Amino acid sequence: MTSLPTPQERSGKKLGLVIDLDICVGCQACAVSCKEWNTSGYSAPLTDLAAYGDQPIGAWLNRIHTYEAGPDGESQTVHFPRSCLHCEEPACVTVCPTGASYKRAEDGIVLVNPETCIGCKLCSWACPYGAREYDYDHGVMKKCTLCVDRIYNENLEEVDRVPACVRACPTSARHFGDLGDPESDVSKMVADRGGYDLLPEMGYKPVNKYLPPRPRRDKETAAPAPVQASETADGKAGIDKLFAWADRMLSR
Amino acid sequence: MHPAYSVIIFTTASGAGYGLLFLLGLADIIGLDIRGRWFMPVSLTLALGLVTVGLLSSTFHLGRPERAWRAFSQWRSSWLSREGVAAVVTFVPAGILWLLTLFGDANSAAVLIMGLLAAALSVVTVYCTAMIYASLTTIRQWHSSWVPPVYLVLALASGAVLLVCLTALFGGSTYVPGIIAVVALLAAYSFKLRYWLGIDTEEKTHTMQAATGLENARQIAPPHTSENYVMKEMGYRVARKHARKLRRLAALLAFVLPAIVCLIAAFTGGTLATICGLVAVASCATGLAMERWLFFAEAQHVVTLYYGEATA
Repeated sequence: MTSLPTPQERSGKKLGLVIDLDICVGCQACAVSCKEWNTSGYSAPLTDLAAYGDQPIGAWLNRIHTYEAGPDGESQTVHFPRSCLHCEEPACVTVCPTGASYKRAEDGIVLVNPETCIGCKLCSWACPYGAREYDYDHGVMKKCTLCVDRIYNENLEEVDRVPACVRACPTSARHFGDLGDPESDVSKMVADRGGYDLLPEMGYKPVNKYLPPRPRRDKETAAPAPVQASETADGKAGIDKLFAWADRMLSR
Repeated sequence: MHPAYSVIIFTTASGAGYGLLFLLGLADIIGLDIRGRWFMPVSLTLALGLVTVGLLSSTFHLGRPERAWRAFSQWRSSWLSREGVAAVVTFVPAGILWLLTLFGDANSAAVLIMGLLAAALSVVTVYCTAMIYASLTTIRQWHSSWVPPVYLVLALASGAVLLVCLTALFGGSTYVPGIIAVVALLAAYSFKLRYWLGIDTEEKTHTMQAATGLENARQIAPPHTSENYVMKEMGYRVARKHARKLRRLAALLAFVLPAIVCLIAAFTGGTLATICGLVAVASCATGLAMERWLFFAEAQHVVTLYYGEATA
């Protein structure tokens, strides 16, 4: 069970997400929608403890960090959603002593069986991405299911057969599809935008990809820099020089 | 990494139990001075007791202890499962050995064979315990080739210290166990120093840039306003200054002091050897608990990169 499916057993389908860091606004709608769906879905409940206390703690499957990044003087605010990447080589599965963790051969989704998980937490130690959270009340591990109970659910309208986070994103920063198919929309998006893996050197081969923020355009679009005061011929230059002199004197 | 007390008790107690079982299994071969018919059964009871207490304690950190039996199923891929299987299998020859020494002829071939099997399986079990940690590439301080040798030699040393104490209490010659204990303790100390040197000097290869794909990143807002499971479990870190002090104290209590008193016990006997044995056990147990606490507290998980650590 916790041995990974062999290459022969795998269908070649790699369902996953593509997250566009260029347009994510950090609104947390994906995290909230995920929580809402999954607290009554496959691995329900997603327990919150002391939800109205001063130290609330709860199991969430999606967490959105906010970073400042980029070279000095050109830094950008980047909102960074972090959830299970449904790795091709998930060590969280192979370390599981009970067989509760498994990777599906048919679509590559990594799941935990909440009926057989013993809550030893070793899978969370093996995951570099912090994707697995322990439910202190339920006593088992919780993780992103890629909304396995939505994407194949024929009771839902076709437009809703995507993970809840993707459906909720108001800026379309999250995309769902088959990353094993080079002709799929998500694969093309990754190829066009230079989508990348997180911590590629660790060899977990994450399926989910991140699209980098585009470079800042304010340099091209901004108005030309104002002409230096000292170069102008009108009377203001003298006053500016006076202020500059005063500034220098006061700064001593 | 968060140091869970149940895991500290488990790894130290079962380590000492397997170390003692290893030495008792080889009693004939290493020439232990076995006085009276009770030495072996009582010592084996202590060894198996420690192992059992350790294994039971390890179930306390489970969210669903009633399902622990399921952990024997995935030995093909999981070191934790292998450890569980090895621990249970070890009980078979160890239990037969216990029965033979209690009711049978202590000098029979069956005792020798069961002893050898119990000793070999003890080594396998402790090795599996060590590999649970050493196989995790996410924690640099655990993913070290020194972790399995350190676990094995620490189990042997703590088992030998117990053996010194037991032999002295039964009035036997403490020469052989005393010498084994001194050699094992010094070996354990040197292995542990080598391990500490390794984790202190090794380059941190994972960066926040590799974790996020973002150049020059720093976290300006965490995803949650109070600690979550990931932060509690994986974000625990001890201040470096305290770690240094604790390392020195752990080395003194776990290795240096027990080695000195075991040396005294090896060349004396009677009440002095008994007192030395008891001091060695108390000191080594305290020191090893600190050493194991540090093994967790000094370990930095790669996931901390997402929460603002620059390297891991």
